[in-house]
Amino acid sequence: MRAMRLPRLESAGLDGWLVRLFEEIDEANMPWITALVRDCEAAFGEALVDLVPSYTTLLVVFDPLALSPGEAHRRLAGVVASLRPDEAAEGAPLRELPTWYDPSVGPELARLAERSGLSVEEVVERHSEATYRVFALGFAPGFAFMGSVEERLACPRLETPRKRVPAGSVGIAGRQTAAYPMASPGGWNLIGRTAAVLFDRDREGFSLLQVGDRVRFVPVTRDEFARLGGDITAMEDKR
Amino acid sequence: MSDAVPGFRVRRAGPLALLQDAGRFGVRRLGVTQGGPADLHAWAWANRLVGNGWGTTALEVTFGGLALEAARDLTLAVCGGDLGATLDDAPLPLWRGLRVRAGQVVTFRQPVAGLRAYLAVAGGFRADPVLGSTACVVREGLGGHDGHGQPLTEGDRLDTSAAAQDERSEAAPAEVRPDYAAVPHLALLPGAQIGEFDGLSLYRAFNTAWRVDDRADRMGVRLTGPRLHCRLETLVSEGLGLGAVQVPPDGQPIALLNDRQTIGGYPRLGALTPLACARLAQCLPGQEVRLTAVAAERALAEHRRFLAAVR
Repeated sequence: MRAMRLPRLESAGLDGWLVRLFEEIDEANMPWITALVRDCEAAFGEALVDLVPSYTTLLVVFDPLALSPGEAHRRLAGVVASLRPDEAAEGAPLRELPTWYDPSVGPELARLAERSGLSVEEVVERHSEATYRVFALGFAPGFAFMGSVEERLACPRLETPRKRVPAGSVGIAGRQTAAYPMASPGGWNLIGRTAAVLFDRDREGFSLLQVGDRVRFVPVTRDEFARLGGDITAMEDKR
Repeated sequence: MSDAVPGFRVRRAGPLALLQDAGRFGVRRLGVTQGGPADLHAWAWANRLVGNGWGTTALEVTFGGLALEAARDLTLAVCGGDLGATLDDAPLPLWRGLRVRAGQVVTFRQPVAGLRAYLAVAGGFRADPVLGSTACVVREGLGGHDGHGQPLTEGDRLDTSAAAQDERSEAAPAEVRPDYAAVPHLALLPGAQIGEFDGLSLYRAFNTAWRVDDRADRMGVRLTGPRLHCRLETLVSEGLGLGAVQVPPDGQPIALLNDRQTIGGYPRLGALTPLACARLAQCLPGQEVRLTAVAAERALAEHRRFLAAVR
């Protein structure tokens, strides 16, 4: 691949520009991405249609009746030139997800223990001790891609995805971790289930997690999980 | 919803009939897709012909198989694909406003030309907005007549505005009615990764009779033809705009439509214009399509002409 200078503005159709800030996934990217989101909201105002922040980029969608692509480009170039990382990012909201780690709802706990040479207890301890950062939302409403899981717990996706992963399921794929907001197909290695409601159409802001947030998985007992409204039904493992 | 009154009873539900406003905007950062009409052009004209403003909720009928009984006198227009629509037993004229009496039945049979038809009623369909929109997205369980992303089923009631049903018989100008049987030339704005495709692949991209695959839905349409090679296999996932044409390692392009996932990591040739997406959404599996590179200025001028005509 050619060496390319960053940041760069790339065409994303008639009504969009993609701002590329970084090449690689890195937690240190996120204060820049969240600052860019904030500055674009200010710079575009009513002409802004949507923003899609992700690991290394921000997609800016604007109203092509309000702005020409050229004018949008000029505004973005101005925003990027004066961009400073979000100082509040260190103090970004810390969300705690009460999580029941158990083989009945986390069928890959044993696989992860075997691969890493750790006990199941140690896998749980290590996964729940770290603080993760939300890199992107996607795949489904409120589905947050978080990282990074320590190398030893990293594990590729299942070769055959499950047809149905229950809501709340907590999983690992590569060096990322996530929780499924709603039941859906999925190929992540499941290690537990959270009682947190990740997406709620009746809640202000809708999604519990936003790009840039910090997240911890807090281990809870089966009883505590049930008391918090978690679904203790064991997984039916259909693929 | 205070002005909602029963408009139709679903006598028979086809495979997929969904209410759609212009789409769900401002929440894509939460992983919520855009939704909205797959054929923006026909949806906008249907609304325009019954005097509705931009963004009014209309019904998208895919394939056909749907029968609706009018619960009261209504003014409506059907635009888009010819799905063998009838009013009682007579052919229902497309692309024009018309009057339907209580008890009459509008039936969509099966595709004659095109794949999706849009039915708009004066004042619009009424449904509670979810995350700011009535757009029905089945995969996300959001929007539509019941608010939970369900397609219409037999026995459902469709509410419409209580607004006065003015007599309207205006027809869309002939030049805005697409010939869905013709081979569409889909305008594509080249994107940032286009230089990562080799020369032969670029030649093929724009000089191939691509076939619409049967893997085609509101998320995206796969095209089959010669294998395109890109030096990049995958990227870090990033935001995907409407019409993005991504090329996975199998070399077969996929044009992403309204219900696409919000982020993705395949290299892209570029993005189809909104009107090219609308045209592609009318293509049946097996149909031939061409990709044509277009300059942003020209595409923008065309888009603005369209909006000026329908808004």
